[in-house]
Amino acid sequence: MYPEELKYTDDHEWVRVENGKAYVGVTHYAQEQLGDVVFVELPDIGEEFEMGDSFGVVESVKTVSDLFMPLSGKVVEINEDLEDSPEAVNEDPYGEGWIIAIELSDESQLDQLMDSEAYQKTLE
Amino acid sequence: MKDRDLIFEKSRPGKKGYSLPELDVPQKQDLLPENLQRKNPAPLPEVAEGEVLRHYINLSQLNHSVDNGFYPLGSCTMKYNPKINEDVSRLPGFAELHPYQSEEMTQGALKLMAELEKYLCEIGGMDRVTLQPAAGAHGELAGLMLIRAYHRHRGQDHRKKIIIPDSGHGTNPASVTMCGYETVEIPSDDKGCIDLEALKEVLDDKVAGIMLTNPNTLGFYEENISEVCRLVHESGGLLYYDGANANAIMGYSRPGDMGFDILHFNLHKTFGTPHGGGGPGSGPVGVKDKLVPFLPNPMIEEEDGKYFLDYDRPQSIGRVRSFFGNFGVLVKAFTYIRMLGAEGLKQVSEDAVLNANYIMEKLAKSYHLKYHRNCMHEFVLSGKKQKDEHGVTTTDIVKNLLDHGIHPPTVYFPLIVEEAMMIEPTETESKETLDEFVAVMEKIAKMAEEDPEKLKEAPYTTPVRRLDEAGAARNPILKWEPKG
Repeated sequence: MYPEELKYTDDHEWVRVENGKAYVGVTHYAQEQLGDVVFVELPDIGEEFEMGDSFGVVESVKTVSDLFMPLSGKVVEINEDLEDSPEAVNEDPYGEGWIIAIELSDESQLDQLMDSEAYQKTLE
Repeated sequence: MKDRDLIFEKSRPGKKGYSLPELDVPQKQDLLPENLQRKNPAPLPEVAEGEVLRHYINLSQLNHSVDNGFYPLGSCTMKYNPKINEDVSRLPGFAELHPYQSEEMTQGALKLMAELEKYLCEIGGMDRVTLQPAAGAHGELAGLMLIRAYHRHRGQDHRKKIIIPDSGHGTNPASVTMCGYETVEIPSDDKGCIDLEALKEVLDDKVAGIMLTNPNTLGFYEENISEVCRLVHESGGLLYYDGANANAIMGYSRPGDMGFDILHFNLHKTFGTPHGGGGPGSGPVGVKDKLVPFLPNPMIEEEDGKYFLDYDRPQSIGRVRSFFGNFGVLVKAFTYIRMLGAEGLKQVSEDAVLNANYIMEKLAKSYHLKYHRNCMHEFVLSGKKQKDEHGVTTTDIVKNLLDHGIHPPTVYFPLIVEEAMMIEPTETESKETLDEFVAVMEKIAKMAEEDPEKLKEAPYTTPVRRLDEAGAARNPILKWEPKG
């Protein structure tokens, strides 16, 4: 449910650092709380955000929720497949359901994120 | 099961249910440029008169409405709409009036609007009211535009932030964005009210105002409202009262006295005019003196017993709606207020609060309550217990209500309560109806324990069962196309 190699935030986003980029999505818990996702509003490539800023919106049959930047940085990739298949966020939140990739502006921020165990504690 | 073909699917070439008299004037062919003229007649359905009638009567009977069942849809105040409101609004002098008729010919309508304005000022504790906005969210936007005009006039245009608590209505941040402002969210405290410390942290000279409902979305009266108003005013911001929950306080407390500068009322909630498909709505906005110059044009004024429309108001934000708002709805709300009178309105709120508390206490035995304390006109129940213990969600619970002829409460809102069910019975329901609702909810709770699988398949008796909501949102069919 909560892969060991990922980092997590209080706002239920996950981060995976890969080739100098950080991939971002929402956690299993978040997708379960949201219910069936029907739309994901993505930022533009090149947009820059601070940690904690809202970078997009995820809309489900139950609710609409902001997506928050887990780290500061510039958007370098977006998952355009979500436009046609937003259900990937529900079906495969850590894989096909990734949302954006960012170029970090301050790698030390990674230390502020939680590991899998700490995140799961917050869910109890 | 009644047939649910579309009217287009009932069409057969050559059938018709009308007859028009012979054209006895010369036909003009060139009124429209050629490229705008139809090459073929519009493909309207061809059906007999009786078929049309049955089609729409049958469709209307598939609806749930407050006239055929209990409708505890939280925050929406689905109260009984007295039929005398309809009678009065259909008097020919109101129904057949044209908005372009002169002031001399519309004195009655102007007087009604002027008096309704006075009543709303009295109920809300405000100095003037515009009747133009056509819905609650429209009122919010108009109110925010007044806040902006006020700050601009004072050279304070740098104020761009609007504070909204995390229990706020979804329309609030949407209106803020529409107005070009920025939303700042603050958390609720452990009693479900505004966290004063969190408020202090975000108050600065960039704050344009705060939007609140009181009672708030959880159904609680903001006990620290005077302190909230003092703090916001001290920072130079204004206070906006979202009147969505005004049904709880009429005659007992007035937003103007609490310290609010602006409010909107939902006539279609608090003042018994139809909504939820029966609309249209109406969202009059009231303000304190300091904001009066900015109110939309025109305002209705009176001089020597004559009413007139005053457009000579140079600081006005201008019109926010064509003509004078949803006039028919204004007539209905006026009638509602006059029929009940001051004491009657007070009793409305008293009974609305009593009914909500009655249900809440009864249901607290079988369901989880995140905040268990006296509520106002509504409360937020949680399906958490059923979910944790039996894997049954709030969706499953409320779908079962449909099988008992009861409209579900507002669900999954506010977001700060897990598996939320927001229940607002309104004042117009009898004890027997409330008891029946409680009995049904208890039965469902029992079913969650004993036969959760059966519960997950509900509803069983409705014209359609569970709809594919995700499919409908992901691949909406927005236009009918002929088959084949």
